[in-house]
Amino acid sequence: MKMTGAEALLKILEGYGIKHIFGYPGGAVLPLYDAILKNDNIEHILVRNEQAGAHAAAAYGKHLGRAGVCIGTSGPGATNLVTGIANAYMDSIPLIAITGQVDASFIGRDAFQEADITGITMPVVKHNYLVKNPKKLIDTIYEAWHIANTGRKGPVLIDIPRNVFEAIVDFEPKVEEVSLQSYKPTVKGNKSQIKKAIKMINSSTKPLLLVGGGVLFSQADDEVKQIVDEFKIPVATTLMGIGSYDETKELALGMIGMHGKPYANYAVHHCDLLISVGTRFGDRATGSLSKFAKEAKVIHIDIDPAEIGKNVVVDLPIVGDAKGILKELIEGLEQVDRAEWIEKVSELKARNKMKLHKTNLNPQLIISKLGELTRGKAYVSTDVGQHQMFAAQYYGFSEYNSFYTSGGLGTMGFGVPAAEGVALASDRKRPVFCITGDGSFQMNMAEMATMGEHNLPVKIVLMNNSSLCLVKQLQHFQCERRYSEVGFTGNPDFKALAESYPNMVTYRIEKEEDIEPVILEAMSHNKPTLIECVISDENLVYPIVPAKKGLDEMIGVEKW
Amino acid sequence: MKYTLSVLVENRPGVLTRIAGLFARRGYNIDSLSVGRTEDDRFSRMTIVVDGDSDIVEQVAKQLNKLIDVIKVTDITSVPHVERELVFIQVSSDSGNRGEIMDLLNIFRGRVIDMSKNNMIVESTGDSAKIDAMISSLRPYGIKEVMRTGKIGLLRGTKEDDRRKG
Repeated sequence: MKMTGAEALLKILEGYGIKHIFGYPGGAVLPLYDAILKNDNIEHILVRNEQAGAHAAAAYGKHLGRAGVCIGTSGPGATNLVTGIANAYMDSIPLIAITGQVDASFIGRDAFQEADITGITMPVVKHNYLVKNPKKLIDTIYEAWHIANTGRKGPVLIDIPRNVFEAIVDFEPKVEEVSLQSYKPTVKGNKSQIKKAIKMINSSTKPLLLVGGGVLFSQADDEVKQIVDEFKIPVATTLMGIGSYDETKELALGMIGMHGKPYANYAVHHCDLLISVGTRFGDRATGSLSKFAKEAKVIHIDIDPAEIGKNVVVDLPIVGDAKGILKELIEGLEQVDRAEWIEKVSELKARNKMKLHKTNLNPQLIISKLGELTRGKAYVSTDVGQHQMFAAQYYGFSEYNSFYTSGGLGTMGFGVPAAEGVALASDRKRPVFCITGDGSFQMNMAEMATMGEHNLPVKIVLMNNSSLCLVKQLQHFQCERRYSEVGFTGNPDFKALAESYPNMVTYRIEKEEDIEPVILEAMSHNKPTLIECVISDENLVYPIVPAKKGLDEMIGVEKW
Repeated sequence: MKYTLSVLVENRPGVLTRIAGLFARRGYNIDSLSVGRTEDDRFSRMTIVVDGDSDIVEQVAKQLNKLIDVIKVTDITSVPHVERELVFIQVSSDSGNRGEIMDLLNIFRGRVIDMSKNNMIVESTGDSAKIDAMISSLRPYGIKEVMRTGKIGLLRGTKEDDRRKG
């Protein structure tokens, strides 16, 4: 079938089940937007900054388990995407970024809106392409999709010159699987390694399962559940692993790390076997490496061989897809009496309850209430800051794949567009709560226009303390309370601002009694919503694992 | 310690940038890198000499393997392989010491490839240790410029090629 390159691109995406793409038009992508106009199967979401489009597409992809798609024009459109792409790369989120490029004949001549986006993004993509030859366009798109969605997932950028979008190509839907000689991810775990792992687990009296984002990408939540529930192995998660096991259950310890739950951190320190699945042992999760899980042997299951031994010395690596490997592990597991360890773990939990601090209109309380009223089952996105850690600590996630946050890169501005992406990926059927702060919110608050335009059920819970309190907290501890550039005096009236956007419903919470009625009312309708919570700037996130300390050396908790 | 990696890559624009960029951003040190097409035009082979401990080199190899354009990475340091480096040395010489320098070149199996009134350019191939020795032997005469290609290496036998074709 003869059609333009742009039309072929959309056809291929349609074939992969893409219903929404996020983007921003411009000169180099004119032919693509012309094709979008004629396409009835893909809805284009016009964001207000390409960065928001990349974040939205990433969250969309994370929700569906396959890549979302974002578009930017050449030059600044493409460079605006970079933060979103880097964010997806750090969190291994599948993403297809399409950028327009100047005509192939102009490349290298500093043409208007020309930027070497493949060069710029090289360190932050799983792979990228500059398609100069229209004949290679179709194969490239199939390849890009394959690379983004298999193995350790990640962003793939395709830079397409205007003349390639316009060129007439011969399109036939591809039926056979893409196969690349130089890219063959290991999916199946090594049998003898799995056997050894089974032996180690069966002879362990104090095992701990540590799950990361890889479990969600592998959709191995049922296997995790079975290991925890049937074989009584307690489970902790990394920040990215939240949403892989019901946190409200008895053997769930929640997040480990710098601001992890104290009992989760203690459990890592005291276990004799750490079974890590789909985690990359990031420094915020492990604290000092030399003190990490000192008393434990470590089994590391990951699809990326480069993660094995990168940060933590591993006793037994298994490379492959988590779901299949856990399935095989389960077949060999035996019932072992671990009553003593389970008792210890419950005692840890009982002794180190997450407390609510006594500040005025405490954000911890707001998030706990939100968790209670939504029974831990809402989709939640966050930005980056104190509110992010409070959300991870206090919400009580009990729904699979319900937490959307920026982990590795720590990107302020992620939350609002991410909520849009999740709202669209879940067919606008359920509200998506975006917990944010006034710092992060202002980085992408123009997105209120997008959510208003599309009437998306995004509920922004804005923790407004007119300051950048997570940085302030760092200055509190590391700079002897010299607070440098962390206060905002020029914030707008967020409620009034939000009201000026179409379809937005707004609320303000100023005292504790307001929390419940406002949240309930916000849940009673499907409109985009802003709930401004006027909170104190004196909150601190506890516990804290100070720099160079082990996970058991937290401050802000009683010693176990 | 120095490790030698033989890296088979797609012969495409940008591959060298991807590899050099990977070394730069992960803080690995490239001692030398040489690259050229293989018997098959679609592929190039790089020989990369890396300075570091075994953990670092293992990471380097794994990270290289993650690049989509990299087909195979082989650490050939401790497996039987041949390796050579080519060097050009421009050295000061006049009619008084030319004979002496030529004698020296014979020992290192070097050849004179250019000569003028006050200097000559010599070439030699060999392993890096031999090249080093040759350079230090010529130093007293006054070395003006040295150009080394960096090491190229190939596994003995055809295991790697068989695997690729398979």
